Amino acid sequence: MLKVRNCESGYGRLRVLKGISLHVSPGEIVTIIGANGAGKTTLLNTIAGIIKPGSGEIVFHDKDIGSLSAEKIVALGCALVPERRQVFDTLTVKENLILGAYLHFRKKRKKEALDELQSIYSLFPVLKQRESQLAGTLSGGEQQMLAIGRALMAKPDLLMMDEPSLGIAPLIVKTIFKTILTLRDNGVTILLIEQNAKAALNIADRGYVLETGQVVLEGTSRDLFDNHDVQRAYLGKDYKKINE
Amino acid sequence: MSFDIFLQYFLSGITVGSIYAVVAIGFNIIYNTTGIINFAQGEFVILGALFAITFTRTGFIPLPLAILFAVLITTGIGAAIEIVFIKWIKNPSVLRLIIITIGISIISRETAHHIWGEQVMQMPYFTGTSTSSVIILGASIAPQVLWVLGISGIIVIVLQLFFKFTLTGKAMRACAANRTAARLCGINAKMMVTLSFMISAAIGALAGCITSPITQTQYDMGSPLAIKGFVVAIVGGLGNSTAAVVGGLLLGLIESFSIIFIPNAFKDVAAIIILLVILFFKPSGIFGKKEESALKEF
Ligand SMILES: Nc1ncnc2c1ncn2[C@@H]1O[C@H](COP(=O)(O)OP(=O)(O)OP(=O)(O)O)[C@@H](O)[C@H]1O
Ligand SMILES: [Mg+2]
Repeated sequence: MLKVRNCESGYGRLRVLKGISLHVSPGEIVTIIGANGAGKTTLLNTIAGIIKPGSGEIVFHDKDIGSLSAEKIVALGCALVPERRQVFDTLTVKENLILGAYLHFRKKRKKEALDELQSIYSLFPVLKQRESQLAGTLSGGEQQMLAIGRALMAKPDLLMMDEPSLGIAPLIVKTIFKTILTLRDNGVTILLIEQNAKAALNIADRGYVLETGQVVLEGTSRDLFDNHDVQRAYLGKDYKKINE
Repeated sequence: MSFDIFLQYFLSGITVGSIYAVVAIGFNIIYNTTGIINFAQGEFVILGALFAITFTRTGFIPLPLAILFAVLITTGIGAAIEIVFIKWIKNPSVLRLIIITIGISIISRETAHHIWGEQVMQMPYFTGTSTSSVIILGASIAPQVLWVLGISGIIVIVLQLFFKFTLTGKAMRACAANRTAARLCGINAKMMVTLSFMISAAIGALAGCITSPITQTQYDMGSPLAIKGFVVAIVGGLGNSTAAVVGGLLLGLIESFSIIFIPNAFKDVAAIIILLVILFFKPSGIFGKKEESALKEF
């Protein structure tokens, strides 16, 4: 579904991604873990078309999307839940969700979009309750649900999520991760970025470990769980404190 | 002061004020989608009036059509300005964009000078003549005043409805709230910027047409209007339409009533000093929220 080959990307002269390759197959949950500043967000933003890749290839549904704009990439079915949620603060919850389906409304698929709205409401009932409240007044957890809901409104084949657990109470993180599993069962493929490696590996099929802009490890979640370096660096075991 | 004189001042205040409000709303629309102040806003007003006057002078284009054409042409100019001067700039800084809009304002003014010369022109009254009047509450009022108030009111209401209820309106607000997130929803943010220039140009041109019979029109009247509209937008709290209306009316009224106390020539100064004093005590504007103004780039 998604293939990234030797992708380089960054900001101006700063090269953050130094030749990254990865792939995601239909129906998978794939996670990318890595420390602060490893380049996880840069990677997702590059795939989503917010940052233009310097070189390399990004193929989605057999189409090279490396040079496409963010708007075109969503239209192809690849949606991003951005880091720190980035809901439209000054718009209501419902307006946020409606705009998630902007392209469907534009293409006169109003009914499908409104059906989707109902299924988002049943996925996150709290959003239904807060429907006419301004998104900026929601709690962090509710905003995260809204951000996920908004991305889902585009009916993507691939949903990319950038640290959905960031700054959110453990109980709500649990709900969100459960939802991710539900989504996969409904046929959405998922690329999940997390610092909470344990939670991510628990639900993912496969994972990549990113360090300073490079993939240093990849494998099934089981393999990564058992890997000593991963355990030490990301799962808080053994020599966590001693090791740098 | 007798009641009918008071009413005269009051009405002339809100007439001028409603134009300031419309200009300030034009500022806000572009500010919201781009973060820049478009100093060519006043030129849209003048161009709209000049085109409409030219059309009515042909003798065979009826007034409503002349206004419609003038608004459409000015809207096209607004789009062209954005596409030619602004769209292609990668990662523009706010300062650079503002300087560009000042440049655009000078170019449009000089072009208008070249085409229409220095003569002071005037649209025909929409109804009646310069001497006809309607009596309201004992004060005689020029019908054109009612046209200005009515149409400005309609502009404000239609814009509110547009931003609140249409998909495009919501998309424009989304771009203002978070441009990146808007693009991730599939909204073409660049198109929305072009559209914001078109809407600002359209309402500016319309405002120019409806006031021309009262204020008259000359090629270089745009800049003072832009400055007033700018002050109103800032005082109200940038980006806020309700505030623009209140601020505009306020400035119009201050100007109008200041004539009682000081010579006419100083009325601009008086108004702006009062508004500056307001800003001094409330830097984020009358309606602005502190956090919001801290976040924006000004
Ligand atoms: N807009 C930007 N301009 C310049 N440099 C940036 C920008 N955004 C990120 N960087 C740099 O790129 C590097 C990678 O950042 P990135 O946000 O991709 O990391 P991350 O893995 O998502 O980290 P975190 O877990 O903290 O979110 C960092 O060194 C950061 O300083
Ligand atoms: Mg990040």
